Parts: sequence; C-alpha cells; structure tokens
Amino acid sequence: MRALWIGALLAGAAGLAALVSLVWLPGEVARVDVGSRLQGMSASHWLGTDHLGRDLAAMLMAGARTSIAVALLAVGIGMAFGVPLGLLAAARRGSWLDEVVMRGNDLIFAFPSLVIAILITAVFGPSAVNAILAIGLFNVPVFARVARGGALPLWTLDFVAAARVAGKGAGLISVQHVLPNVANLLIVQATIQFSLGILAEAALSYVGLGAQPPTVSWGRMLAEAQTMIYVAPMLAVLPGVAIVGTVLGLNLLGDGLRDLLDPRLRRGRA
Amino acid sequence: MLRALAFRALSLGLSLVVASVVIFGMLQGVPGDPAAFMLGTGARPDTVAALRAELGLEGGLVARYLDWVGGLLRGDLGVSYTYRVPVSGLVLDRIGVSAPLALYALLLTVVVAIPVGLVAAANRGGAADWGVMGATQLGIAVPNFWFAMLLVLLFAVTLQWFSAGGFPGWGDPLAAIKALTLPAVALALPQASILARVLRSALLDTLDADYVRTARAKGLSRRGVLLRHALRNALIPVLTILGLQFSFLLAGAIIIENVFFLPGLGRLIFQGITQRDLIVVQSVTMLLVAAVICVTFLVEVAYAWADPRLRR
Repeated sequence: MRALWIGALLAGAAGLAALVSLVWLPGEVARVDVGSRLQGMSASHWLGTDHLGRDLAAMLMAGARTSIAVALLAVGIGMAFGVPLGLLAAARRGSWLDEVVMRGNDLIFAFPSLVIAILITAVFGPSAVNAILAIGLFNVPVFARVARGGALPLWTLDFVAAARVAGKGAGLISVQHVLPNVANLLIVQATIQFSLGILAEAALSYVGLGAQPPTVSWGRMLAEAQTMIYVAPMLAVLPGVAIVGTVLGLNLLGDGLRDLLDPRLRRGRA
Repeated sequence: MLRALAFRALSLGLSLVVASVVIFGMLQGVPGDPAAFMLGTGARPDTVAALRAELGLEGGLVARYLDWVGGLLRGDLGVSYTYRVPVSGLVLDRIGVSAPLALYALLLTVVVAIPVGLVAAANRGGAADWGVMGATQLGIAVPNFWFAMLLVLLFAVTLQWFSAGGFPGWGDPLAAIKALTLPAVALALPQASILARVLRSALLDTLDADYVRTARAKGLSRRGVLLRHALRNALIPVLTILGLQFSFLLAGAIIIENVFFLPGLGRLIFQGITQRDLIVVQSVTMLLVAAVICVTFLVEVAYAWADPRLRR
C-alpha cells in the first residue's frame, strides 16, 4: 500500500505541474535572455536559469506537459486499437482472426521498438505527433495481448454462457461482460505503458527526433545540457531527476494498483 | 520437437520477409529524390538521371526491393549515397564498436543481476531484499542516456578517471575496453535491474515448489537448495528475458553511442538520417532487426531444449 501512495504522490506531482503549466509558469520558457543566463537559485528563478537565460523551473513544468501528453496519447492509441483487437481475438478463439491478430502482434514484438520508432520519426520528420504514433504503435500489441489473455478464461464462465443464452452476440458480450472484468488488468498495464512512454519520449527527443523547438521537452533539455556539462552540471541533473521521479512514480503506482485490484497478489507483497 | 522447430523456422523466415518489406516500404515513402538532394538545385536533369541509375534508384518498386534483398543475401548492402563506398564496409568498421559494447553490457548485466537476484531471494522479505527491490525499482526508472551523462559528470568531469567520449580503436585493446566501460555500465544498469527482479521472482516461485520442499526434507541446506535446484529452474525465464534484452541493448546502444561519440552502428544510422543517406539507414536498420529476430529465434529454440515440457 505504501508503494501506491508514494507512486501516486510522485506521478501526481508531475501531472499537477503539467496541468498548472497550461495556465501559469513561474518564468519565461520561450524568450531568450542571454543577460541572465546560468543563474543560480533565487526568488525570481527558483531553480536558476539555463544557458539561454530561460527559467529552469518553468522549463521543467512545460517539459512535464510534453512528456505526459505524448505518453498519454500513445497509451490512448495502444488501448483504442489493442483492446478491441484482443477482445475480438478472445471472442473468436482459435479462428483465423485470432491467429492473424496474435501473429501480427508477435511480429511487432519481434522488432526492436526504439529502432523502428527512430526510423518512423526519421522518415516522416521529427515531431511530437510522429513520436506519439511511433510509441503508440508499439503499445497496440501489448494491450491486445493483455486484453486477450484476460478475456479468454472469462469466456468459459457461467455469466458469459447466461448472456449467450439470453441471445447476446459476441460483440455485446465483450463490451458488457468481458471488458469490465479485464479493466483492472488494462489499468495496470496502462500505467506501465505510460511510464515506458515517458522514457521513450525522453530518448527520442534527446536524439532530436521528438518534440521540436519551441516546445520544451525533458529529453531535449538533457541534449542541450550535454554540451554544457563542464560549465553547468545542474542543467544535466534536473531534467533527469524529473524523468526518474515521474517514471518511478508511475511504476510504483502500477505495482500498487495491481496489488489493490488483484486480491490474489496481496499475499506476496513482501 | 522437429515439427515445432520447423514451425519456428518458418515463422522466423516470415518475420524477416515482413520486416524487410516494412523497412523498404517506409524508406521509399521518404519525400525527395536522394540524387537531386546530393547534386543540389542547379544540377542538370541528365546528370541527376545518371546518378539515379548509379545509385540503383531506377526501375519499379518490386524490382528495386528484390534487388536490395538479393544483395543483402549476398552480403551486398548497397552503396552509400554520401561516401560512395559499399555500405557493408561502413558496417564492418562500425560493428567492431557496437557488438563489443552490447556484449560488454550483457556481460555486466549478468554478472551483477545473478548474485543480486540470489541474495534478494535468499533473504525474502528481509533488509537485503528490500534494498535490492528499492534499488532495482530506481534502476528501471533511470533513462540510460541520462545515467550515462551522470557517469560522465562523475568519472570524466570530476574525477577524470575516464575520457568523456570517443573511441581510440582496437590498436590498444586496454584503451578500447576502457573507452567502452562507461557506455557499457550505462547500458547495463536498467537491464541488470530488470534481470535481478525477474530472477528473484522466478526463484521465489521455484522455492514454493514441491521438489524444493522434498530436497529440504532430505536435509539439503537452504543455500544448497537455492543453488542446486531453484537456480537451475529459475534460469528458464532468465534466459527468455536475456534474449529480449539483446533487443533493448541494441536500441539502447544507438542512443548511448551518441552520448559518448562512439563510432558505432547507431551513429551510422543517425549520420545516414541527417545526410539523407537512406540506403545506409535502410540496410543497417534491416541488419539490426534481423539480428534481434534471429536472437529471439535462438532463445526460443534454447528454451525448448532446456524445458522438456515445451518440446511438443
């Protein structure tokens, strides 16, 4: 239970920073002010400024917005396509449809995801949208697999048989009876994919293939800081701490939710 | 066993074919003509046409695809648009950095993860277990390129034990290994964290099994049971994860090579992207994907060999 609370706190802090950044930022993120560059912490710049005089605290908050938006939309894509595919495959277990869906998933799994994501963003141009599509594509088979795995045993249960006797079709049963029972699994998986998405977004924007300027992102802050590592090491530390805090929070939240939602696992929490 | 192997081999072949079609198709979708790009805006149309022919850009999509795949099978990866040299030569130069880096990282991963996982499982619920679980939770959350930057900050900038990047070549093997050490450590940290956790939970699963209780009842010590019975059975999931990790190490190496300015395959891909040297991107990506698909295949075969229950 402790993991759940620490996780919720860390992930919630990042989420709150992202939300607040939509309406208010503690400083300038777009305007270059070389006169006040590389300042230390002060009342006007809580965490100091970077090599272009931009406010670090404000940049971290704006970066949270980019990371969370990209990862969240990528999870959305994965669920929107993966869950129906997985439920369909489970409803038609053993049919050619099931076979096609699962083999297609195996195929996507066989690809090194980051290599293909790099390829996608390189071919179609670096942008936040292409990063979302690239990360989202690899979320599809994950959700399809979890949805199918969770749904398969349900199809043998009495309440599904009762729904069938009542004349409901496979689609309706999947939505009304199967989906609510696999929702737990999907929520936990979504948390994990969310945290992986944040890591992937950071890596893509670090190599210049994610969100483009003037959009602020944690990955690009790190890339810029790397050239300044001898002069201003703090610039290389803070965005990383933000990434680790968010990812750690989401992972702990995922673990905590799994324990909370699945009573069978509560035994082995130690 | 033979049938299962044949089925696996078939699916391996199919994966490779689909991968090649996807990669080829994607790079054909890139807007712009490489020949026109290379010659600049003032080039005469017949010069561009001649260069197009030289680069193998003439002909239909299917013919060019078959040409490319046929070349790959013969070890001909095409000719780099930028350097005008065979891509296979560029790859051979670079693979001498990327492959040792990935293997070095894999070695570190195993050497760290196995004792750590064993200690955590042996002290289930104890202080050591909590420490390992906390540390590995953190290790998973750290992006390896950022960890690499922290290593540079500590060992290159502050302590000055290592250089911040670059690669001296294999002429001096000790210097080469030293140059690969920080990148390998950075790559290994998240992978070792994952592997240690997998090993711990696999060990805990086997420790609950009947044969372990029997071995204990026969008078074998806890440590003896852990090493002789539990570890052997726990190695099956560990092997699977190791196979998967190869794919992450390859992809991770692409990023890490950029942090340390290592002249490996990852840098080659990025140079290809920025210089629009698409044949380099296409062939090197295909090589990486093929390597991952083949390793996955080998792991599945090894898995079936190690676990008689899967030999159906």
